[in-house]
Amino acid sequence: MQEGDFFALLGPNGAGKTTVIGIVTSLVNKTSGTVSVFGHNMDEQCEAAKACIGIVPQEVNLNMFEKNENILINQAGYYGVPRSIAKKRAEKYLKAVHLWDRRDDIARNLSGGMKRRLMIARALVHEPRLLILDEPTAGVDIEIRRSMWELMREINDIGMTIILTTHYLEEAESLCRNIAIIDEGKLIENDAMANVVSKLQREVFVLTMRDFMQNPPVIEGYEVRLRNNHEIEVEVAKDQGLNGLFNAISNQSLHVSSMRTRSNRLEELFMRLVENKNLNIKISQQSKLKDSAGIAQEQSN
Amino acid sequence: MLDGNTLLDKIPKNPDLIQINLVGLRTIVTKEVRRVLRIWVQTIVPPAITMTLYFIIFGSLIGSRIGEMGGVPYTTFIAPGLIMMSVITNSFGNVVSSFFSGKLQLNLEELLVSPLDFTTIIIGYVAGGVARGLAVAALVTIVASFFTDLSVVYPLVTISVVILTAIVFSLAGLLNAIFANSFDDISIIPTFVLAPLTYLGGVFFSITLLSPFWQKVALVNPILYMVNAFRYGMLGSSDIPLSTAFIIILVAVFGLFGLALFLLRRGIGIRT
Repeated sequence: MQEGDFFALLGPNGAGKTTVIGIVTSLVNKTSGTVSVFGHNMDEQCEAAKACIGIVPQEVNLNMFEKNENILINQAGYYGVPRSIAKKRAEKYLKAVHLWDRRDDIARNLSGGMKRRLMIARALVHEPRLLILDEPTAGVDIEIRRSMWELMREINDIGMTIILTTHYLEEAESLCRNIAIIDEGKLIENDAMANVVSKLQREVFVLTMRDFMQNPPVIEGYEVRLRNNHEIEVEVAKDQGLNGLFNAISNQSLHVSSMRTRSNRLEELFMRLVENKNLNIKISQQSKLKDSAGIAQEQSN
Repeated sequence: MLDGNTLLDKIPKNPDLIQINLVGLRTIVTKEVRRVLRIWVQTIVPPAITMTLYFIIFGSLIGSRIGEMGGVPYTTFIAPGLIMMSVITNSFGNVVSSFFSGKLQLNLEELLVSPLDFTTIIIGYVAGGVARGLAVAALVTIVASFFTDLSVVYPLVTISVVILTAIVFSLAGLLNAIFANSFDDISIIPTFVLAPLTYLGGVFFSITLLSPFWQKVALVNPILYMVNAFRYGMLGSSDIPLSTAFIIILVAVFGLFGLALFLLRRGIGIRT
């Protein structure tokens, strides 16, 4: 990862995303390998490395009985920020996450989304060089999520490096420049977001038709499925384009009211990558079985 | 919303770890002391009430029939022991509950992901335990003064013993919290280890009352040394030589500190 990056770390449940973050933040003991944060090796300069990091964990880990403002002031203190500056920073970041009016409340009285925002403010209060966000917008309503995206963009724009893990792939695609996908602790993709998305060979579009349909129209070269009497799904290969599709629809005197992608492109890619990997594992297991069966046969001969 | 000039331009590439640890220590101590004061009904008041009852029952009612012990009235004899008993239970209880609730609520992670050295974290929590221990000791001393004439023969010995004892049991509380995984785990030690050792540690009696065999058994109990050293500071008499008591207390301080540091650095009880 380069300094200043906005980096997405994706993977299915149990892939190892939180473990990776735990290792980088020293909450999990690693079994092998090395971690370096801005040139500080975690094995030799653990404290210096940790001083550069701000973390928003997946699970809420706030002191539920502490005042929200004090949570931020204390956190700043753990990173060496004197109390007078910490107070100003607490105000700045509580305002940034729209929680300033709840500063004297205790964390326990906040809603789930507010607790997540408070954790973001807490991670920013010592102004780290690297911000790690482990599913920061889980359980947050759309309006607040959008404002959190805006905040993340702002802090990345002023130079803070960000690692984001999320289940909202749209979030990763719209925010991040680079992406790594892991599955079962293995890196299966690590590239620029644009390159990764461009690897997607097929995309599924949902077309809403003005016409009532009982069967899907037959369009040569395209796989068409009927979703309901007014919606069809069309699978389009990257090299096919959409002109041919619309020409064929027009020729059949059908009228398209609107069009959208069925799922997020990244989601599509993600599923394919994981499926391909599982397929490869299956093939290699089968070939291993064949090999061992062959060896057994040779031995019995 | 955010001012870029206040962010990355001012972030040092190589953080000053000494400054971080000094400010961090102050922050932990402030947080811990505030916690004690915030929940004063749970932390400060109960020991005062309990000790008042001890003075009424063992001091005034029963003590008047016992007469003298160790050359002083019985109420005067038990006063240093009861003060020490409060210090021991409160410094232990403060750290064990604060650290363990941090583990349980996961907010201990705030400290674990920070650049603070584990030495700083230990000293911070211990300072909180010592603060509560001393606050309760002061309150119990005031209570005791209503029941007996208290004097301090050796102030330096008295103060150093009470502080060192608070440190020992704050560290012991920290160790208990490190290993604890449930609320049962944090109540077992105080109930089954700390309370018997305290009651048998010479709070209410002089070990000269025991048979020679049980006197030797009593010497295994570290609390006996602390109670007697404190009693020496206040009354000028003790069952144990002062130097032996100080050696044992200091060994306990450094031994427990070293053990806590070793466990935290290895991640035992705090990391997966």
